Amino acid sequence: MRKTTAVLTLALAAAPFAAAPAQETVIENATVLTGTGETISPGAVLIRDGKIAEVGASVNVPDRAEVIDASGMFVMPGIIDAHSHIAAESINEGSVAVSSMTGTGDVVDPYDVNIYRELAGGVTTSNILHGSANPIGGLNVVIKHRWGADATGLVLEGAPPGIKFALGENPKRSRGMPAGVEPRYPATRMGVQDVIRQAFLEAEAYRQEFADYEAAKARGERVLPPRRDMKLEPLVEILEGKRLVHAHCYRQDEILQLLRLAEEFGFQIATLQHVLEGYKVANEIAAHGAGASTFSDWWAYKVEAYDAIPYNAALMTERGILVSINSDSAEEARHLNQEAAKTVKWGGMTEEQALKMITINPAIQLGIDDRVGSIEVGKDADLAVFDRHPLSIYAVNQMTFVDGKMLFSREKDQAMREAMAAERAELEEKLTREDDAERDPGIRGGFRRGPGEGVRR
Amino acid sequence: MKRLQTSGFRTLAALLPLVVGGTPAAAQKEESWVIENARIHTLVEGAAPIESGSILIREGRIVEIGADVTAPAGATVVDASGLDVYPGMMDSVSQLGLTEIGAISATVDTTELGEMNPHLKAATAIHPSSEHLPVARANGITHAVVAPGRLGGFGGGGAGISGQASIVHLDGWTVEEMDINASAGMVLTWPTLSTRSFNRATFRAERRSFREAKEEYDRQVAELGEVLDAARRYDAAGEAGPRERDIRLAALGPVVRGEIPFLILAQGEREIRAAVAFTKEQQVKMILLGGNEAWKAKDLLAESNIPVILGPTQRLPGEEDDPYDRPFTTPGELHDAGVTVAFATFGSSNSRLLPYEAGHAVGYGLPQEAAVRAITVVPAQLFGLAEDFGTLEEGKVANLIVVNGDPLEIQTEVEHVFVNGVPVSLDNRHLSLYEKYRSRPERER
Repeated sequence: MRKTTAVLTLALAAAPFAAAPAQETVIENATVLTGTGETISPGAVLIRDGKIAEVGASVNVPDRAEVIDASGMFVMPGIIDAHSHIAAESINEGSVAVSSMTGTGDVVDPYDVNIYRELAGGVTTSNILHGSANPIGGLNVVIKHRWGADATGLVLEGAPPGIKFALGENPKRSRGMPAGVEPRYPATRMGVQDVIRQAFLEAEAYRQEFADYEAAKARGERVLPPRRDMKLEPLVEILEGKRLVHAHCYRQDEILQLLRLAEEFGFQIATLQHVLEGYKVANEIAAHGAGASTFSDWWAYKVEAYDAIPYNAALMTERGILVSINSDSAEEARHLNQEAAKTVKWGGMTEEQALKMITINPAIQLGIDDRVGSIEVGKDADLAVFDRHPLSIYAVNQMTFVDGKMLFSREKDQAMREAMAAERAELEEKLTREDDAERDPGIRGGFRRGPGEGVRR
Repeated sequence: MKRLQTSGFRTLAALLPLVVGGTPAAAQKEESWVIENARIHTLVEGAAPIESGSILIREGRIVEIGADVTAPAGATVVDASGLDVYPGMMDSVSQLGLTEIGAISATVDTTELGEMNPHLKAATAIHPSSEHLPVARANGITHAVVAPGRLGGFGGGGAGISGQASIVHLDGWTVEEMDINASAGMVLTWPTLSTRSFNRATFRAERRSFREAKEEYDRQVAELGEVLDAARRYDAAGEAGPRERDIRLAALGPVVRGEIPFLILAQGEREIRAAVAFTKEQQVKMILLGGNEAWKAKDLLAESNIPVILGPTQRLPGEEDDPYDRPFTTPGELHDAGVTVAFATFGSSNSRLLPYEAGHAVGYGLPQEAAVRAITVVPAQLFGLAEDFGTLEEGKVANLIVVNGDPLEIQTEVEHVFVNGVPVSLDNRHLSLYEKYRSRPERER
């Protein structure tokens, strides 16, 4: 039934000004875990032009549609990782305590193979965060795993902007710094709190400066505009509720202090990241309204992770906090489905709650739940298709769709390996066969190069 | 007859009647336990599970096992209806008890200074009250190999002999009570031939010429050979006459006599092949640790009968153009090639993840049964413990777990753990903190 290309060509030839026919794909005979609490088995999904057009026990199968028989398989919403550092050329601007003038959006690396590796694990959206070297860190960028797209094409258009904060051991730099590096304020949790407060006092003053300027202009006065400050502008956006704060934190005391500081300045923390002692102050987090994005079971790698417990996600959920499970690791991200399953074991979450922690919950936390996070009509067709229930240790992802396009297929990947191995063997053979006469003596140890060749992409 | 109830969803309160910890081990030895109505997976080669059977445990051992076992008077009965019994899991390489908080060096006793420390023994520094032990135990790990060295470093630096690995029960008041074999293998991190290195003092990547790297590598390998030659001469001298004691050389005696294996950490194909050639030439036993690229040398490993204790399955491929699932498929590929494979976490706080390292390989080609055996029977065999550990048979040490399903599945709960013949508490730091903060009053709504 794969006639799309031919039909498309014909249509364009016959009626050059007519709209291109819809791209349609049907996944049928599957168990569909919608992420909204529904399990449809057997179930089907109709994808049209990158969006989910129908979901149900059966769907219309348009003539032109590509039909995928997913018998025995489980379709779930594409996995969303609320804490990632892949696909970025750099992560930490650690030389200053406030680095809000920087952002990962400026350094997106579309060639990072981890985009593909995670796609193979069913991940379709990642929150690419700045590192945790600063009390107030850089801006984030939310990407879709559109493997093959360029740096701009990866960015999830319309995702609310965000920023990284960090508390505790990392911003106070308690771990060894290289010899010769000057100490940087802050060095204590008190100092971390102070840095954040000072920055927001500055931001308030900066906002006032602009307000005064606008007021003066409105009065018809001839005034010079204040100088723009790229460090403070994002903080003003936070004060105005236009930028999401994703705050790296571990210990209960620092968590509480940040919530109180935010309340002092009248804004809300969007997500507490890691938040390994969140279970100790779950009442306060819930009252503030912050989300929590945590690891499944890492602990004891540093002092502030010594009281980490695998029940954290469950306990916070029980107290009314919206919880997601994140990776913070290009490896862990490849099996977030397993990490979610651990919340069933440690703390008795239902399978539905567990799946939500890697789909709709992070989508809500990132403010993109109108687009992704569940299988509902009108949403982006971001799907992962596993050969077993995704919470099983044995489940292997078979296909991943982003915007309705199958960007990972285990079958195709395996077929591609042979081609790659052949190509590699051919290149190696060529390398060892070429004799010295073929080498360009002008380039030490290299081969003859034409113009433009050898330039790193 | 006392009767233990199996708990459903565990809470501390439900656990209390099960807890035996707190009674001296000697007193417990006289007690006996019967696990009844269980599906018993003995893991004896070729044997089907006993669909409904019992296990009688006394004096640390399995005294009777089968469909018809009568509980003697005074025995404590564990009703395991609907539950499965498996041999306890064995982490084939860990650092349990040697480290508490990774970032705090004061709590870390994994790695001594110097390249040649064969006389050092992990058991010397295993902290019996480490919080990591009960955490691992609660997920069914009953005994483990504890190995010294910078094992997590995987590749870069730390070449040399880091000391003797010790096998311990994950329960006991002292390390002596935990002891299974304090000197089970000699840990050797094979030198890596790398032109790139990372200077930890300056936090900078450094490069050196291939010649320089090769010279250092050759020197390290030559030194290893010299030390073994010296150890052999020292051993041969035996009681021949008065001499100065050299505890370094003496510690290598069991290695050169072939009594204990070299546990050689090597990841790259070149290092693996070099290590195999070295141990063949030296006529010493070898178990390969890590083995990221063991698949490239699978035929050599199979024909040389060298087993592999694989590093974490859940890691990234070594090369950018490796298939994305390279680490996931390696266990199955080695198994198919006839290489004996066991799993290990090489860690401490994450030792409880052992079943998942094994389970993850199943979807990518390793038979499920082989995965279970690779964390139970196989490690016992590799370390010469098969007479006492690895399967559930009469006469064996009662290290076993009672679970409510497939032991490799994440959602499976561990209901009871027996270590050295006694049921141990499943309480641990995590459960205690959970119970404590779960009891915090909810906020006013």
